[in-house]
Amino acid sequence: MDFLNGIVALANFVLIPAVAYGSQLALGALGVTLIYGILRFSNFAHGDTMAMGTMFAVLVTWGLQAMGVGLGPFPTALLAIPFGIAGAAALVLLTDKYVYSFYRAQKAKPVILVIVSMGVMFIYNGLTRIVIGPDDQRFADGERFVISAREFREITGLAEGLALRTSQVITVITAVVVVAALFWFLNKTRTGKSMRAFSDNEDLALLSGINPERVVLVTWLIVATLATVAGVLYGLDKSFKPFTYFQLLLPIFAAAIVGGLGNPLGAIAGGFVIAFSEVGITYAWKKVLTYFMPPALEPEGLVQILSTEYKFAVSFVILVIVLLFRPTGLFRGKAL
Amino acid sequence: MRTYLLFGLVACLILGTGILQSWNSALLILNMGLVSAVMALGVNLQWGLAGLFNVGVMGFVALGGLAVVLISMPPVGAAWSAGGGQILLGLVLGAATIVGAVLVWAKTQGRIRGWATGGVLLIGLVVYRMVLDPAVDRVEDVDPALAGYLGGLGLPVLIAWPVGGLLAAGAAYVIGKTALGLRSDYLAIATLGIAEIVIAILKNEDWMARGVKNVIGLPRPVPYEVDLQNDPAFVERAAGFGLDATTASTLYVKLEYGLLFAMVLILLLVLSQLALNSPWGRMMRAIRDNETAARAMGKDVKARHLQVFILGSAICGIAGAMMTTLDGQLTPGSYQPLRYTFLIWVMVIVGGSGNNLGAVLGGFLIWFLWVQVEPMGQLLMTGITAGLADGSWLKDHLLDSVQHMRLLTMGLILLLVLRLNPRGLLPER
Repeated sequence: MDFLNGIVALANFVLIPAVAYGSQLALGALGVTLIYGILRFSNFAHGDTMAMGTMFAVLVTWGLQAMGVGLGPFPTALLAIPFGIAGAAALVLLTDKYVYSFYRAQKAKPVILVIVSMGVMFIYNGLTRIVIGPDDQRFADGERFVISAREFREITGLAEGLALRTSQVITVITAVVVVAALFWFLNKTRTGKSMRAFSDNEDLALLSGINPERVVLVTWLIVATLATVAGVLYGLDKSFKPFTYFQLLLPIFAAAIVGGLGNPLGAIAGGFVIAFSEVGITYAWKKVLTYFMPPALEPEGLVQILSTEYKFAVSFVILVIVLLFRPTGLFRGKAL
Repeated sequence: MRTYLLFGLVACLILGTGILQSWNSALLILNMGLVSAVMALGVNLQWGLAGLFNVGVMGFVALGGLAVVLISMPPVGAAWSAGGGQILLGLVLGAATIVGAVLVWAKTQGRIRGWATGGVLLIGLVVYRMVLDPAVDRVEDVDPALAGYLGGLGLPVLIAWPVGGLLAAGAAYVIGKTALGLRSDYLAIATLGIAEIVIAILKNEDWMARGVKNVIGLPRPVPYEVDLQNDPAFVERAAGFGLDATTASTLYVKLEYGLLFAMVLILLLVLSQLALNSPWGRMMRAIRDNETAARAMGKDVKARHLQVFILGSAICGIAGAMMTTLDGQLTPGSYQPLRYTFLIWVMVIVGGSGNNLGAVLGGFLIWFLWVQVEPMGQLLMTGITAGLADGSWLKDHLLDSVQHMRLLTMGLILLLVLRLNPRGLLPER
């Protein structure tokens, strides 16, 4: 019984949150890695692109809620995601047209594009704060739990509860669907193949008649979709605050680099590596360990390696370890 | 010529603030402009001279601020006797663990390598936490409302400025060792990370600098306003200028800060100029412009990059110490990457990367705009919303959002300069 309780506690406090967080990071890292693979620069504005997309979705959600439109047990925000994607897509395409395309035509060095993306980051950040304000916004509604801790205890008769939030289930399902669609697109469709060819060898792709502007356009559309979906899922799971989204930049980049920049499969793996280490290292293991250890060996302290405030340090340390021992990332980077 | 004109323009802007608003705010802009100029000088050394992309300026600035607390605050005796020695022991053990792990990694081979290193790290971590944690709890229990930390060394605050540079240099060494020599994006992410971690440590390690409870009332290198107001000789002299004692004392204090900062800035500027025009500077620019060619000429690119990265970060640390001294308090919660990292970048790019005078100019100009955009935006928004009914939802929202106009403006300035004048106001010669 102790063993089962231990497993349940582990799932409740570590596995489920980490899987949900990992899916969100993976979606974010996919966006970063796609831009790196196709447009060949690290997009510092990605966190704020997520914030902008989510902001559009939040505004539409509020509108729908005011009109009384809902999805019953599911959060209304799901209905608003397409609008958020449309908003984010319009935004990044406008940005590309008026900002990035100039430097592409000039064949500017990647680091110049990074600095340009810094300027874009300022502007997105300012816009988000002007439109929706810098504060926390909650927009989740519908059924909060699939199974609450109390229900789980009553059903199974175990001492430990297992809470499964709707947002977590939705996060994982959506992430799986989006990632599957993305890989199908990249591997099976003509446009997707042309994107991979372009990422692999730009000159060769141009010679074989691939239209670079079209590849760039499709990339931005996919990135806007990924960013908005990741942002809305994160917002449903936690809450929407512009500054938090800006801070997500670090774990997202860490995930993309750990997996290998430019490699979509790596981005997903990296997202889960970062999420599991972040949750695992900042979790107080005492509760779980007491179930597995004989009473004599029960730990005295909380057995928490780092306090939750240091979660950024975790992504950073993993990043440093990967940079030291395998600078190309777990999966060799730079090829879609 | 262009240099004189542009610096003249900045001087006019600040003098204009003095005449139109108040001399106190003008001096405040001047002082923070001086500090910003020092930071921009540091970033310019890294970016303009060597092409290194450092987005962790905030972390180095915060380390400088930490140095002020560690050097200048009086030590808290009760906290030291409660657990000071034990904390130091814990830190030494932590450092020893890392050194030990590195040694084990270097000395062993094959399969045992990973396990042995991991084992050393795990045992070291457990011992480190066992020594450190109880001592930290005891220290933080000492008079938590006023102290709860070890305090500093009680030395004169000016010593903290170079020490702030040293702290930043140490952090820069660690980062540079790992991330330099890889893709430029990696250094960017690594510095972004170290900045967040420095802030997290400052916020959470209460025994060191009180965390988010802030350290206030830091010692000052200049006299206090109250003392000046009680000094009959000063009051008399102030009356000679036609000023009342209160205004005169605040102006005097700010002027003295300004003089101190200006001395540091001029010293660093002269050194930077000498470095830029020396054989070393030419070598750095050669490396920046063509790394492969420089390597072929026998230059150790990675070591040079590490060197200039440490130097630039140290300058940022000095600036951070100066800023915390000016504020008179260390508030870890107030460090925002947009303000302390990316704004400095705007200064360097707008001023002219690769040109030290350009960086200084950018520091003053962008800081002036950063301060003044808000009142200007207020004016603009009031104009736009004049037609709306008072108390309407939209009007309130628009007026509230004025403070976020600065981010938008800074982004626009950066993009416009990059597009229309990528070499900046004062281009590199």
